[in-house]
Amino acid sequence: MNAVELKGITKKFGDVIANDNIDFSVKKGEIHCLLGENGAGKSTLMKILFGLYSQNQGQIKINGQEINSLTPSEAIKYGLGMIHQHFMLVDRLSVTENVIAGREIVRKGLIDLKTAEKRIKELSKKYNLKVDPRARIENISVGEQQRVEILKALYREAEILILDEPTAVLTPQETEELFQIMEDLKSDGKTIIFITHKLKETMKISDRVTVLRDGKEVDTVKTSGTSAEELARLMVGRDVVLRVDKDEKEPGKDLLEIRDLSLNSSYGCGLKDIDLTVKKGEILGIAGVEGNGQHELEETLMGLLKPDAGEIYFKGQKVTTFTTDQRRQQGIAHIPSDRLKRGLVSQFNLDWNFILGSEWKEPFAKKGILKKKNIKDYGEKLIKEFDIRTPGLQIKAGQLSGGNQQKAIIARELSSTPDLILAAQPTRGVDVGAIEYIHNLLLEMRAKGKAILLISAELDELRSLSDRILVIYEGQFIAEKKDDFDEQELGLLMAGKKDGERNETA
Amino acid sequence: MKQLKEIISKLKKLESVSNIIYSLIAIIIALILGAVFIIAFGYDVKTAFYHLFNGSFGSLYSLSQTLLQTTPLIFAGLAVAIGFKSGLFNIGVEGQLYWGALASAVIGLRLGSFPLTVALPLTLLAGAIAGGIWGFIPGFLKAKTGAHEVITTIMLNEIAILGTTFMTVHYFKVEGPVDQTARLSESVTIASILPGGQISSGIIIAIIVLILTYFLFNNTSLGYDLQTVGNNPGAAEYGGINSDKMTILAMVISGAVAGLAGSVIIMGQLGRFVTNFSPGYGFTGIAVAVLARNNPVAVLLAALLFGALEAGGMSMQLFAGIPNDLIGIIQGMVILFVAAPGFIKLLSRITGRKTGELL
Repeated sequence: MNAVELKGITKKFGDVIANDNIDFSVKKGEIHCLLGENGAGKSTLMKILFGLYSQNQGQIKINGQEINSLTPSEAIKYGLGMIHQHFMLVDRLSVTENVIAGREIVRKGLIDLKTAEKRIKELSKKYNLKVDPRARIENISVGEQQRVEILKALYREAEILILDEPTAVLTPQETEELFQIMEDLKSDGKTIIFITHKLKETMKISDRVTVLRDGKEVDTVKTSGTSAEELARLMVGRDVVLRVDKDEKEPGKDLLEIRDLSLNSSYGCGLKDIDLTVKKGEILGIAGVEGNGQHELEETLMGLLKPDAGEIYFKGQKVTTFTTDQRRQQGIAHIPSDRLKRGLVSQFNLDWNFILGSEWKEPFAKKGILKKKNIKDYGEKLIKEFDIRTPGLQIKAGQLSGGNQQKAIIARELSSTPDLILAAQPTRGVDVGAIEYIHNLLLEMRAKGKAILLISAELDELRSLSDRILVIYEGQFIAEKKDDFDEQELGLLMAGKKDGERNETA
Repeated sequence: MKQLKEIISKLKKLESVSNIIYSLIAIIIALILGAVFIIAFGYDVKTAFYHLFNGSFGSLYSLSQTLLQTTPLIFAGLAVAIGFKSGLFNIGVEGQLYWGALASAVIGLRLGSFPLTVALPLTLLAGAIAGGIWGFIPGFLKAKTGAHEVITTIMLNEIAILGTTFMTVHYFKVEGPVDQTARLSESVTIASILPGGQISSGIIIAIIVLILTYFLFNNTSLGYDLQTVGNNPGAAEYGGINSDKMTILAMVISGAVAGLAGSVIIMGQLGRFVTNFSPGYGFTGIAVAVLARNNPVAVLLAALLFGALEAGGMSMQLFAGIPNDLIGIIQGMVILFVAAPGFIKLLSRITGRKTGELL
């Protein structure tokens, strides 16, 4: 029997068709992957199923029952539960309070937390969702927060769980644990819809896969009868090289040197005695779970945060007190981890975004007057050179897809003839096709003798690109690896476990 | 690809067209609701609207009255728009305008014996500088201490209005029914365009400043930096733009334009500084900028609309005895509907078409 059956779903936003006549059915008790690139329409489809959007056309059946229009609260009644990519939790409240919000057990006008807590403990135990019901959300890890989200759905007696890109924020170990939880849920008869763009995870966990591309359903296949390569082809519409080839290359002279860099941070973990050297023609990878000081390192290196101690040398020159502008002039390019907050002015047209940081320099400006023709020509050149898919230059950067926004940033940064490229999460939220392209570009830069500092949370990316990898944990480097990048070991290191044995708790 | 290009260019046109349509609908709804109020208070709608139109565009005299009201609103609207585009809400235009006016009056009185070609520009410049200084203060406070410009500019308005009154009463007062300075001489007076008419050539200065503002934001590196700070401070920082400097500069430029509003009023319309002379041009400027969505060219049209409503409202009161306050209500509603575009979208949904949720 089908737990969920969507027939001919079409959803338009203005003139944009997000879902085009999609058929999608999920059998009861299976783990069904909804696979597709960013903007393929996965989230839209699931939001329709959960009643957050209403479809323009099409039919929804849940457990065989036809439903015309749906609100989220009705969807919950039909046994649906959605775990959003961005958690919907109240930081200051406890786990229990978050789980029961909207479903409080009230006795004599007071909330009966005890009974609720008991129920949550039962659920935790049954599905191995380890979390302290009394802990405050702000004090628990991202992985635990996700478990709270799952608990929320289970508490509402969800039979069909929709998980939207759940692994994006997890370490490899946490992902393993999540998959175990998913297996447990499945063996208890729950149905799981798993939205993702990661092929490896799809192959590992799912029973069946539905692939979406450009708002259309491409195919639904049995996982056991397919391969990662085939799924990639279905997703992108052409053959994709999943692995990049890297030439052996002897790195050159030291270009960037960071000595004893420390930063006290009131919100994050800060940095403690960071030392690193990047050589010409070398890619140095920084591995770590998000929030372990990568962001602080990135911003301090660019002069966006002021360090409390330590020095930064670039080309033998002390640049610790340089402004961001001066560092850029010296030849440091920066692909920022937060492309919307840092990398783009989404209200500006594409051509203006290409000159961010160079708006006073020739040939883009002369004596403070912008040279529009030169800016336009340059923009056209970059679009062609970096294969940015846009209907034109006079498009607001905010209207481009995530992958093309990222390509635009990379185009701008790599075209400024830098010597060092600080690439922070360069492929985050970018689809498979663009990832391949960006990886090749970075390798090309390496071949040209540029130094690259690659900060990433994607182990696969680090392993295939880096010459060396430093593992950052709670603001400190806890290990350095050369050549031998064992996934299991790196994963454990990222979780703060030195040498995979000792359990270091800070 | 080519097809996609066409679609997008059509969409883009639609977007700006739909903006204009939304604004027009907002104005029409405001006028209709204004009519409802007029009826509710027992006045004749036809008479009211007749005088409203006749008093604003019905004759050369009416038109001159409209332009007289429009001129300071162009300056004030531009001043607010410059702030908005740079990410700042300058509510202090009113205060900057007062200091601009007083500075022009004081300098104008000193330069009265110089030839017009020297005296007039210097007198205008004095107003711009004074307004710029008054804008510098909140800009500096914001950049260096983080004090929010909304709070500081509101308070500086009070200081400016009372401060200029104090200065006038104690140092520059001449005999007269109100507290005012002496009359300015011909060489620092902005003449009329038409002989005998009241169309001050201040409107020409306003349009020049408007063109300069447009140029600043579309064709200069400084304008680029200001807008980057305004749209995405994080990206500005990332791109090496000195946000503090831009914040201060934006407030100085905005204040200077506001100061010019004061200069033009006292050098044209009034011929001298009169205490408490502004009926709130600085605040109406906020409405003008909002209606124009900070587009300099649209500021001209929005200022014209508000100017016409002012002029027409006066004639409505004068000839039909309908209180001018109703005009204030209509102006307020225009802003309400423009500021709440969702409201009009809601209306279009109720009237039939079901639109998709916007992502």
